[in-house]
Amino acid sequence: MLHCFTKSVLPDASDSPAEDKRPAGPERVSGSDLSHDGGTPQPAIGDPVVRVDDLHLYYGRNEALQGISMDFARGQVTALIGPSGCGKSTFLRCLNRMNDLIDDVRTTGSILLDGQDITDPALDVIELRRRVGMVFQRATPFPKTIYENVAYGLRIAGVSNRAALDEAVERSLRRAALWDEVSDRLRESALGLSGGQHQRLCIARAIAVNPEIILMDEPCSALDPRSTLRIEDLMAELRGEYTIITVTHNMQQAARVSDYTAFLYEGELIEVGLTKDLFTKPQKKETEDYITGRFG
Amino acid sequence: MVLVNGLGVFWPAAIAQVELADGETVLGAWVREETNPDTDEETFQLKTGNREFDPQRMDFHWYPKDSIRQVSYPSDVYVLERPENGDFFGFLDDVQTPSLELPGEGEPSERFQAALAEVRREQANTIEPIARQLSLLNGQLQKIGNKILKLEYRNKRAGAEADASLPDDDLAQLRAEEGEIKAQSDQLVAEKLAQETALRSNVALFRTASGEVQEIPLTNIVRWYQPNAMGPAAKIKHYAAKIWELLADEPRESNTEGGLFPAIFGTVMLVFLMSIACFPLGVLAGVYLGEYAREGVLVRMVRIAVNNLAGIPSIVYGIFGLGFFVYGLGGLVDQWFFPERAAAGVPTYGTGGILWASMTLGLLTVPVAIVATEEALRTIPRGFREGSYALGATKFQTLWRVLLPMATPGMMTGFILAMARAAGEVAPLMITGVVKLAPNLPLDGQFPFFHPDRKFMHLGFHIFDIAYQSPNVEASKPMVYVTTLLLVLIVLVMSGAAIYLRNQMAKRFRSRTI
Ligand SMILES: Nc1ncnc2c1ncn2[C@@H]1O[C@H](COP(=O)(O)OP(=O)(O)OP(=O)(O)O)[C@@H](O)[C@H]1O
Ligand SMILES: [Mg+2]
Repeated sequence: MLHCFTKSVLPDASDSPAEDKRPAGPERVSGSDLSHDGGTPQPAIGDPVVRVDDLHLYYGRNEALQGISMDFARGQVTALIGPSGCGKSTFLRCLNRMNDLIDDVRTTGSILLDGQDITDPALDVIELRRRVGMVFQRATPFPKTIYENVAYGLRIAGVSNRAALDEAVERSLRRAALWDEVSDRLRESALGLSGGQHQRLCIARAIAVNPEIILMDEPCSALDPRSTLRIEDLMAELRGEYTIITVTHNMQQAARVSDYTAFLYEGELIEVGLTKDLFTKPQKKETEDYITGRFG
Repeated sequence: MVLVNGLGVFWPAAIAQVELADGETVLGAWVREETNPDTDEETFQLKTGNREFDPQRMDFHWYPKDSIRQVSYPSDVYVLERPENGDFFGFLDDVQTPSLELPGEGEPSERFQAALAEVRREQANTIEPIARQLSLLNGQLQKIGNKILKLEYRNKRAGAEADASLPDDDLAQLRAEEGEIKAQSDQLVAEKLAQETALRSNVALFRTASGEVQEIPLTNIVRWYQPNAMGPAAKIKHYAAKIWELLADEPRESNTEGGLFPAIFGTVMLVFLMSIACFPLGVLAGVYLGEYAREGVLVRMVRIAVNNLAGIPSIVYGIFGLGFFVYGLGGLVDQWFFPERAAAGVPTYGTGGILWASMTLGLLTVPVAIVATEEALRTIPRGFREGSYALGATKFQTLWRVLLPMATPGMMTGFILAMARAAGEVAPLMITGVVKLAPNLPLDGQFPFFHPDRKFMHLGFHIFDIAYQSPNVEASKPMVYVTTLLLVLIVLVMSGAAIYLRNQMAKRFRSRTI
């Protein structure tokens, strides 16, 4: 009910109610049915929310992504793994056009979000970024109050109704499992929170605008094991309602939280699959080497 | 040194009575001692005051030290501060008050005090109301003068076209009014003069060190004290009164005595106006350069130009201000809004004034503000921008809601530096409107209250003026120290306030963790 309310506020939230997708799990997808497209093992995904086709990205002359094609399942957690510098962040940032902020970047290929090509230069990126939220490796809470941090996305979208804001802030903080810790200090500076709380605050901030997809770039790499566990629980919790794409260097974490895993290596997608398949019987030698740690 | 000398100026110094070897007796405040490097003769300097009675019109004298026969500090020495001719040192003999109804007997000192109080009361009761009325009349006169000028100007222009001159009724009426007010004010002036002369006949007779008796009109006494008889409490009171005079009163004696209020006011006002002119411009330009402008040859050139602007000597800005603001803009304003005065050769904005001076200073500080803004924005970690963009913020929203608030402390630091520099800058002011003695403050009770075209006084220029332009170097020395101290203090206070503000703001952004 809360959910519907916020949707009416945000102009372009997804029209598919979360309840429909909730029971969806890897079990329901025919995981063993692998399609071999261009040599990359890919699972068949029934209801892809994002379809990436032959994506190339160049930082000046340097080709950071070399023709990536893959689908992301709706309401599922997909983990991107791969050695440092292989282009995971770059790929992730393509999905909400964050690379626009960097000079001298060129992309080719297409990314379809619910059938709409988001690489189109004429696309409204503001709109896109409301639909595709992002959580960064380093939490960057704004130097504002906790309340204002969470309300930020709504405020810039033009929401000024007090009750609507209050409700969205509480809902997001609860969703991010932070409410109990901060409910009595919403008006205090967000900078007074701990690192783990910062990251959950940033997740709450992203949830507040009710995106369809949440991108997470190594959200736990700066956190202690306890905070990491909390964030992982959170991802499991948000799964279903949101499509989550996360980057991680931690194999156990990928195995724990994700439904699908994609392995990138030097700008190329080596293999995508159901997480349990990819970790137990990888199709490619590079994947096996990487996940077993026999990798340079 | 400035601190010690500046703070010491107003402490009432003991007055020594020195008997010299040649039988002469002098009265004065000990200033300093020096050894002549050639003759090894030790000398000392006395501030002897009584300038108008000295053969050489000097109030500071050097004497050889070994000529001292005896030094004493008589407790009944009076020090009189006067509106001109500096201090007077002497002993009270008698008081004569022909125009006042006061008892003729009693202790001279008591009668002196009573008479002085009475004279002051008279002054407040009779002369000051007249003076107030006069200034009111002057204001009216000026207004009518302006109206007449305007009408005449219009008539002249109309007359050039259609030969028949317009009905001059209005003009004639105004002329009549003007004459009436003039007559009224002349009468008042005469009355005031008469009153003053009458009051001047009340004199105190003082004996100087050499034994001569001098008549000092009571109206000429601004302040009196007996330093040798004062206890510490009285001295502190005197000191406080002097400080108050300094801060709140007008200057006397070609700026070497009295207060600095107009100069303080001018300085603060100037810096204030300058900030209004400079900081918004600096922020806009800095934000544009830092966030919006596409990095290219042009932007790089602009940036280099801005950085070089900061290094140009300030006098060059003064010349530019004179040419561009005063003659250029000011001339235009005059032509558009005050054509009648311009035609009569009376510039309004086409001459130096506080507005143009502050604009010139603003120009001088704008590069600093630009650089500070750009720098402050650049030092914000990229994560904050990305965090904001990732939530669907536009560039402007990100700038306005996240970046600018975060950059404010850094920007303030730059502005404080700029302000401190501007407050101490004198050279460009000297050709854009600062004066030794301004008749009016730029802000007063006369409509429209704020007069940006007026000339103004400035502490920095004040220092220059009394230090280098004063005929009496020794007498102006203390004032130089005091003014310098005050200028430094004002800069400190203003930057202190700004720094406090900045720290308050920075506190909000400081992270507790990591
Ligand atoms: N702003 C940029 N300009 C130029 N090259 C870049 C930029 N960002 C990344 N690259 C290059 O693109 C490649 C991929 O970088 P990316 O950050 O996507 O790697 P990553 O997989 O996220 O690595 P890590 O695991 O260390 O975060 C690297 O070779 C990197 O040098
Ligand atoms: Mg990365």
